[in-house]
Amino acid sequence: MSVAAEHVADVRARGLTPVWACSAVAFLLFSLAVGVLAGPVDLGVGAVLESAAARLHVPWASTPLSSTEEAILWEIRVPRVVLAALVGAMLALAGAAYQGVFRNPLADPYLLGVAAGAGLGATIAIAYLPDGLRGQRALPVAAFVGGAVAVLLTYAVGRSARRERDAATLVLAGVTVAAFFTAWQTFVQQQNAETLQQVYSWILGNIPSTGWSDVVLILPYVAVAVVVILALRRVVDVLSLGDDEAASLGVDVRRVRLALVIAATLGTAAAVAVSGLIGFVGIIVPHAIRLLSGVGYRALLPLSVLIGAGFLVLADVIARTALSPAEIPLGVVTAFFGAPFFALVLRTTRGGGA
Amino acid sequence: MNAIELSDVTVVLGGQPVVDRVDLSVAGGEWMALIGPNGAGKTTLLRAIAGLVPFSGSIALEGRATTAMHRAELSRLLAVVPQEPSTPPWMTVGEYVLLGRTPHLGPLAKEGRRDREAAARSLARLDLLDYRERRLGTLSGGEKQRVVVARALAQEARVVLLDEPTASLDIGHQQQALDLLDALRGESELTLVAAMHDLTLAAQYADRMVLLDRGRVAADGPPRDVLTEEAIARHYGASIDVIPVDGRVAVIPRRTAARNT
Repeated sequence: MSVAAEHVADVRARGLTPVWACSAVAFLLFSLAVGVLAGPVDLGVGAVLESAAARLHVPWASTPLSSTEEAILWEIRVPRVVLAALVGAMLALAGAAYQGVFRNPLADPYLLGVAAGAGLGATIAIAYLPDGLRGQRALPVAAFVGGAVAVLLTYAVGRSARRERDAATLVLAGVTVAAFFTAWQTFVQQQNAETLQQVYSWILGNIPSTGWSDVVLILPYVAVAVVVILALRRVVDVLSLGDDEAASLGVDVRRVRLALVIAATLGTAAAVAVSGLIGFVGIIVPHAIRLLSGVGYRALLPLSVLIGAGFLVLADVIARTALSPAEIPLGVVTAFFGAPFFALVLRTTRGGGA
Repeated sequence: MNAIELSDVTVVLGGQPVVDRVDLSVAGGEWMALIGPNGAGKTTLLRAIAGLVPFSGSIALEGRATTAMHRAELSRLLAVVPQEPSTPPWMTVGEYVLLGRTPHLGPLAKEGRRDREAAARSLARLDLLDYRERRLGTLSGGEKQRVVVARALAQEARVVLLDEPTASLDIGHQQQALDLLDALRGESELTLVAAMHDLTLAAQYADRMVLLDRGRVAADGPPRDVLTEEAIARHYGASIDVIPVDGRVAVIPRRTAARNT
């Protein structure tokens, strides 16, 4: 059929267009640069670049920074920026994946009880663990375990439902488990009123300056989640037609959904473990991309990784510099700056394709 | 070998047999209309054939049991045009039709040239090539219906199941859609099974009609044998006249209550 043959090249799914991919990468690089350079100690662009060259063993390069400045750069700023990027990428990606898998535009990464479970884990760690243990290592581990247990429980409750299993059952199970864990967490918190302040600040979210240890802690989970979800990104487009139609197009819906949910949830639990509950990113970043570009999931998911990372790095810069030396909770910053931005996007794209 | 072979198929939903011990075979290239009153089990029977609902008994496509096939394998043999397909408004027509290639791809694969060719052929066949960049949210009901058929065609399955393919269309678009399906059946040697409510329209196109009532096959044969005044009265509780027109039959409802004068 010659008419068709002429047009074969034109029938394609909009993947990542070069314009969008380059813009997103440029935004991320810009954010990383701002994140590394901003802070109470002014290091200077040139010095930072020279120091990086020295670290990469570029011949004849030597760092102009003092050893204190070196430490500030490589043990505080860079790991914090990297951690913010990982958490932001993970939350935005998990939010976009959940929105596709559950066909619900309001789905966020905390949908299946991760937040409540992690909150309980963190509260127990803060309230009951001896001071020495509580420090930096125990809290993220307890939060991660709590989040993972909550989601496993959600799955178990969803499975035990006697009605035909579908996405809505799972969401309901998530609401149930979250309510239970939140009640438990509130109880523990009330019994240990002196921990209130610490629990509260954990819940509002922040990126800790703990050097590379937190990066190392969450990197494997985030890496696996990103690889799995991006590998399945075309299937998420198919899932957006609903379970029946996806099945009649040859997709093993239950297995694919399970893989996506596990990947997104483990990654989210890891992110929550180090950063607390940072709202807004998982919903707003994917929706802003969708509204501005009108793309399907196969492009939305990778864009969410890049934009989510950049967004949270910038938000963290504001959190630590606006009232320096005090820090504003990151969850407050994301919503305070994200909400007006999103309102603007909504206004300017009215009647747009998305 | 028959395209579809059902033997002793039963589907139980909520404790009730919705499809009850159905034996049925559909020959390759046949157009079969599935008729019956609301709740007769038409949709459920189609869903069972498509492997979307658990059943007892056996269903074979081209001689092979569907339960022994992988999901993707089954979808390469059989395409479904659902009654209310979901058409995400942000998706372009080209993207939507390419989704029809899913059963030919691994879960991690991307569409290749062959897939784009199949999609382009299918779009061309349905006069939709110029629509390929249009978003689904901007299409009319009739255009959407064509796009859904194009997706099923891109699947390159030999059996197509349609659930009320004309339910949301006006009479002109109904005719166009069915003419098109009939032409496609001839060109691509498709076997069509369509659940239909409009008996006259069904009788114009189908070679064969199967009347379902309460999950069982109540009548099976050419339209003029199945559509009798007595059968329609018994199974639909409707009072009608059946009028032969050019070798086909038309069904005309008869007013039962007395006219207020």
